[in-house]
Amino acid sequence: MFKFILIRLLQSIPVLIVIITLTFVMVRAAPGGPFSAERKIPEHILEALNEHYGLNDPLYVQYFNYLKNICPKKLNIPALLKFDLKEGLGSDLGPSTRYEGRSVNELIAESFPVSFQLGFFAILLALTIGIPAGTIAALNKNTLLDYAPMSMAMVGICLPSFVLGPIFAMVFGLWLEWFPVIGWRSYGSFHWTDDIPYRVLPVVTLGLYYGAGMARLTRGGMLEVLNQDYIRTARAKGLSTFVVTTKHALRAGLLPVISYLGPVTAGVLSGSFIIEMIFQIPGLGRHFINAALNRDYTLVLGTVLFYAVLIIALNLIVDIIMVMMNPKLKFD
Amino acid sequence: MVLIQTMKWRQVFIANLIVVISLLIVSGCGSKQTDVEKATERGVLLLGNGSEPKSLDPHTVTGVPENHIISSIMEGLVAYHPSDDTAIEPGVAESFETNETGDVYTFHLRDAKWTNGDPVTAHDFVYSYQRILNPKLAAEYVTMLFVVKNAKEYNESHGNPEPGKEPMAWDEVGIKALDDKTLEITLIAPMPYFPLMLKHYSWFPVNPRVIEAHGGMLSRNGKWYQVENHVGNGPFRLKNWVTNQIVEVEKNPDYWDADTVKLNSIRFFPLESADTEDRLFNAGGLHKTYEIQLHKIDRYKIEMPGNLRLDPYLGSYFYRVNVSRNDALADKRVRRALNLAIDRQSLVTNVMRGGQIPARYFVPKGIQGYQSKEFFKFDPEKARRLLAEAGYPGGKGFPTFEILYNTSEQHKTIAETIQQMWKTTLGINIEIHNQEWKVYLDAQSNLDYDISRAGWIGDYVDPYTFLEMFTTGNGNNDTGWSNDRYDELMATAPMAGDTEKRYAMLQEAETILMDELPILPIYIYTRGYLKHPNLKNWNPKLLDNRNMKYIWLEETAQ
Repeated sequence: MFKFILIRLLQSIPVLIVIITLTFVMVRAAPGGPFSAERKIPEHILEALNEHYGLNDPLYVQYFNYLKNICPKKLNIPALLKFDLKEGLGSDLGPSTRYEGRSVNELIAESFPVSFQLGFFAILLALTIGIPAGTIAALNKNTLLDYAPMSMAMVGICLPSFVLGPIFAMVFGLWLEWFPVIGWRSYGSFHWTDDIPYRVLPVVTLGLYYGAGMARLTRGGMLEVLNQDYIRTARAKGLSTFVVTTKHALRAGLLPVISYLGPVTAGVLSGSFIIEMIFQIPGLGRHFINAALNRDYTLVLGTVLFYAVLIIALNLIVDIIMVMMNPKLKFD
Repeated sequence: MVLIQTMKWRQVFIANLIVVISLLIVSGCGSKQTDVEKATERGVLLLGNGSEPKSLDPHTVTGVPENHIISSIMEGLVAYHPSDDTAIEPGVAESFETNETGDVYTFHLRDAKWTNGDPVTAHDFVYSYQRILNPKLAAEYVTMLFVVKNAKEYNESHGNPEPGKEPMAWDEVGIKALDDKTLEITLIAPMPYFPLMLKHYSWFPVNPRVIEAHGGMLSRNGKWYQVENHVGNGPFRLKNWVTNQIVEVEKNPDYWDADTVKLNSIRFFPLESADTEDRLFNAGGLHKTYEIQLHKIDRYKIEMPGNLRLDPYLGSYFYRVNVSRNDALADKRVRRALNLAIDRQSLVTNVMRGGQIPARYFVPKGIQGYQSKEFFKFDPEKARRLLAEAGYPGGKGFPTFEILYNTSEQHKTIAETIQQMWKTTLGINIEIHNQEWKVYLDAQSNLDYDISRAGWIGDYVDPYTFLEMFTTGNGNNDTGWSNDRYDELMATAPMAGDTEKRYAMLQEAETILMDELPILPIYIYTRGYLKHPNLKNWNPKLLDNRNMKYIWLEETAQ
């Protein structure tokens, strides 16, 4: 297993370099620049600005400088756990041009924990709703207990979060006044429990969407497994439906969900642009989109790179879990 | 028996559920205080403020959201008046006078303090102006200071030093501290409107000791204006700043006029989505929104007319015409025909519906002493005649060209309306084309368009800020148009000395512009927003410049 992890980590290096290169080329090929504005900046001032951000150098020099700056130079786990890439790895992602005086490292360290919390609880919610619903549906195939949760799931998938979010905010925030309509933190209060109401609606909106997908995947996976011989054997031994389902069927039936979980987790943890816009959440997802619109080159590269590392890491974890859950697979 | 039991359980369960839900609803609908009510009690103003500030350095920012925050924590020689755009409110300068010719201003500073206890001195102002004029700082608004004698020369000689020639020494620039409390500024010519320009944040001072302690004069590392380091001299001081979430300022007890300041603190929320902002206002989370969605104006006019505000704004929405690419558009008669075929009144009342003013001139009205004429009116007959004279009777043989706009529902609607007007009146086919913001800016800048949508908001209350951009070679001209007389007028007007004479020259320039029509004015902006009745003294201002010390909150009488 150690060898497996090592090989995968080594493989990820060329992948990351390709990603950086492609992103670098694409963002530079896009028309306009970080300082183009409706009111034009005088020529010599623009020159000085470009000089300040190192944008006057030839492109290949900028590219290699960037690679040199982001290359990990040390490992400091405690700093890394605070998402401080500069202290943790010695990687400098450069200054942001849109948020003057703030570095991409700072922006990521500030916004990722927010997106992480939102994403973590959303996934948790998605799993707690999706897996039981899918299992119940599979066990009661073609009955009301199948149709009801599955049609709900269909609705959940068809209603994108930019529709569901404002509806929830309106119903539970504006009309019923159960939760704040937007925001992430309560200002002027110092107790962390005051923040909880702010997080309910965004988490639920995001969680329900993925929960719907997971319910359908679980149902599909379970249906396939429930027809197999070893399940029949288990039943024949006289085990209860509960034990058969939880101990035998789920282990194989959840495989599709788990492989789906890798990319979804990476996507959700690195921020959902739409949810963050609707609920005014200071997460990474907004940087991801806005950086491209603002031609904030370093922030685009930084967020893409961060996302890529996250996907690679989570895919690796998912693969390890898959091998553990599926005895047919081996590490090689 | 079993059946009855399950029935019971079910009933109990449902009954419980009903109780829980109704409890939740009742507790929700009860007399819960909204954030605005709580904040009003505590003197905390909750403001929607557009987007996240790029920076809080008065010398490097350019936007309106930044201005709202910076002008509450910093103060220049003069300040914004609560309602009158042309009045001079005292700032750090207690008084000022000019010499006989009117080109030397002497400012007498009051005993004002920085938030770290330092006195605000004339030397601080000199340092600040030297800072912004240094091209290495790359201040985007540096041109605002070019009215000062030798400021332009200083900035440019340091920017592109000519070989074998020393860049200009700072001593030669017309900014001097005569003593700690006296500042003398020498201008390139007598300019009666100079004190008005001083309201702009590019003229604000910064504390030299603080700047030097955090990277030095020319550093843009942003350290000095972080919450823990920031030193200002305004009615408020910086308290809290979380990217994309909040900027909070609190009352500055050391401010020279602290007795006038009524609010205890202001929370600026960077709400980029107008829809989210609107929802927050309706949930009682804001005293004032930054903007309003056009399609909601009609509804709010009926539902809450007391909260809806549509203030005049010093901004022009217009179409640029590229006179250098297309033969047809290079013909003045064609541009006139296009111009006369736009029914602006109908566009504004039927399509925009936000109280905008049809623009039959370029410089918005409201500037004291300057009145734009109505240069033309909707005249389909004359438009058709002009188009025929230009060789396209009934639109025959007219080339197909495009209206370019940056992607937005509103710009699209306007472009479609004008496309339709030109088709019905002139019989010509025009296509419309949208581009992402930065792509559109690039296309416009490279004259890679036929007709392009544009907008311009004045930097200060003067026609010059609108007319200046169409001089030959100006970076914002972007039409390929050039006119010698126009250039001459724009070059000499600032030196005219007397306002009446100056305005007459600008009037002549505007007449040339509206005769040549390298741009087609469409409408004059209004600034629409929702305002809670508790918010007081928030008056219509042409540039939305606010002196927050005059704003107060009043609890609604119970």
